[in-house]
Amino acid sequence: MNDSTQSRSVLELEGVTLRHGDGDSTVTALDAVNLDVTAGELVAVVGPSGSGKSSLLAVAGALVTPESGTVRVDGVDLGSSDASTKARLRRERIGFVFQSGNLIPALTCLDQLRLALKIAGMSPDDERARDPRELLDAVSMSHKADRRPHELSGGERQRVGIARAFMTAPALLLVDEPTAALDRARSHEVVELLAKEVATFGAGALMVTHDHDVLEHCDRVLEMVDGSLGAPAR
Amino acid sequence: MFLALRELRFARTRFALMGAVIALVSVLVVLLSGLSAGLVNDGVSGLKQLPVTHFSFEGGTKTDAAFTRSIIDVEQVDKLAEQPGVTDAAPYGLMLANAKKDDGGQPVDLTLVGVEEGSFVAPSAVAEGDLVGQADGIVVSSTAKDDGLELGDKVTLERLDRTLTVVGILPEQHTFGHVDIAYLPLVTWQELHSGGDVTAAADAEVPDVTTAAALRADGDFDPAATDAALGTTTLTLKAAFGASPGYTAETATLMLIQVFLYAISALVVGAFFTVWTIQRRHEIAVMRAMGATRKFLLADSLGQAALLLAGAIGIGFAVGIGLGALLQGTAMPFALQAPDLAIAAALLVVLGMVGATAAVIRITSVDPLTALGGQR
Repeated sequence: MNDSTQSRSVLELEGVTLRHGDGDSTVTALDAVNLDVTAGELVAVVGPSGSGKSSLLAVAGALVTPESGTVRVDGVDLGSSDASTKARLRRERIGFVFQSGNLIPALTCLDQLRLALKIAGMSPDDERARDPRELLDAVSMSHKADRRPHELSGGERQRVGIARAFMTAPALLLVDEPTAALDRARSHEVVELLAKEVATFGAGALMVTHDHDVLEHCDRVLEMVDGSLGAPAR
Repeated sequence: MFLALRELRFARTRFALMGAVIALVSVLVVLLSGLSAGLVNDGVSGLKQLPVTHFSFEGGTKTDAAFTRSIIDVEQVDKLAEQPGVTDAAPYGLMLANAKKDDGGQPVDLTLVGVEEGSFVAPSAVAEGDLVGQADGIVVSSTAKDDGLELGDKVTLERLDRTLTVVGILPEQHTFGHVDIAYLPLVTWQELHSGGDVTAAADAEVPDVTTAAALRADGDFDPAATDAALGTTTLTLKAAFGASPGYTAETATLMLIQVFLYAISALVVGAFFTVWTIQRRHEIAVMRAMGATRKFLLADSLGQAALLLAGAIGIGFAVGIGLGALLQGTAMPFALQAPDLAIAAALLVVLGMVGATAAVIRITSVDPLTALGGQR
C-alpha cells in the first residue's frame, strides 16, 4: 500500500444522529457522531451494551438510515442513495464480519467464500475477486476447506468469516464483536489476524467490541457512551 | 442455485422425507388418473369410439336415462339427416341384456347396440370374424374375450329366449355402462327391443324405432333449432356420456379426490417450505446484510423447490406408472393416458410451486439488521 491509499477515507460520518422509538420512549442510539476511518486502519469502538455500538455498525453498513447527518462509504453518500445502490455497496464495497462467524450451515469453508462472490455477482475471474483458496490459506484454514461450520471451533469459524469478508476486496470492513464467543487466546489470534489482513489488503475496518484485551492490535480506539462517540479510551 | 443445491445435499434427510411425501401423492395421482380413465373407458368407450358429434333423443328425455328410456322413430332420423350442418345421421338402438352362454351356462351381460349395416356408426373393422350383417350374429367388444366369449359362441338372452351367435370380435374395447357392447343389425335389435321373435312370429308388426339418432355435424348445426323443429332432445357426444349408468357419479367422485390431492400437495409443500424458511431466517438475514438481493434469494429458494418437486414427482410418476402397468389387464378398470398424466404432473408442479412461493416469499421481509449484534 502507498500513502495515498492509506490516507483515503473509506468511512466518514458527520453529525450522525439516530433515534429509536417515539414520544417518551425515544432512545438516542447515535448522538451527533463524527467518525473517519481511512484505508488500512483498524478502528475499535468499545462501550457497554446498549451504548449504540451496533447502531453505529448498522448505519455504516447502510442497513439503517440516520435521522440526520452524513454517511459516506468509499466516497458514496448514503443519504442520496436508494435501496438498490446501498445493497450494491454492501455487496461490493463493504465486508461484514459477524459474531461467531455467522456462517451458512450447509456450506463448506470454501463455499462460504464462493457464496460471497455469487452474492456480489462476481465471477472468479473478476479482477476484484479474491482467490478463495488463497484467502483460506491466509487465515490458516486451507486444511479445513471442505469442512462445514458444525465441524469447526469458534475461532476457526471466525477465521472463515474474516476470509469471507475479504472475498470481494471491500473498501470497508465492519466487524461485529468478533471475539464474543472465544476464549482469551483465540480472541487475540482472531483480532491479530484481522489487523494483519486489514493492513495487507488496505481496507479500513471498524470493529465494535466489549473485549478490552484485544485493543492492542487496533490502530485507534474510541469509546461509545449513550450514543456519543468519545475520545480514545486508552 | 449455488446455495440451493448445497442445501439439498446438506439437509438430504429432511428433503428426502419431504420428497417422499410428494412422491407418494404423485403415485396416488397417477393411480387415480388411471382409474378415472379406466372407468371412463369402461363406461363410455363404445361412445368414444364413434365418429359422432351429437345424439338426438326423444323430446324431454333426461340425460341420466337417455339411452335406456328414449325411443324415436327411424323416420325421425331421416328428418334429422336433412337438418343444416348434419352430414350423417344413423339410428343407434341401445339396450342392456342379460344372457347365458349356451356352452356351460355362464352368465354374460351385454349392451346390445342395433345399427344399420354399413352406416357410419357400424363397426368398420374386426379383429376376428365378420362385420355386422347376419340376422342373429353379434360383433362384440375385444374385452368380451375376458368374459370367455369366443368367435362362434352362442348366447341366449334371458326372458326373450333368443339365441345370438358371436360372428365377430372388435379390435378394441367397446363398452357402455361397464358392460361389453354387442353390435347387431338394427332390425334384430328392434325385434329384441319390442320383445318379439322374428322366427316365432314372422308376421308380427315390429315398431321401426331406435333409441337415438347418431349425428355427425359441422359448425352450421344448431341443436336448439333442430330440437324446436323436430321435438327432439339433442346432446353433444360428451354430454351423452352422462347417460352411461354411474358415469357422472364415478367421474365426479374421482375428480373430487384428485382435486383434494392437488390441494394437499400444495399445502404440504407450502408447510414444508414455511418451516424451512423460518429455520433459515438468520442465515437469510446474514446474506441480506452481505448485500444479497431479494431476487437472488427468491430465485435460489424457488429453484430449490422446483428441483425438489421435479425429482419427487418424477419418481412418484415412475412408480405410479409401474404399478399401473401391473394393474392394466386385471379386472380393475385402469388405463394410463399420456396427456392425462402430463396434465397431472404439470398441475402438481405448478400447485407445488404456488405453495412454495407463498412460503418463501417471506424471505423478502427478513430484516438484514437482525444479522448484527445481540438482536438475533
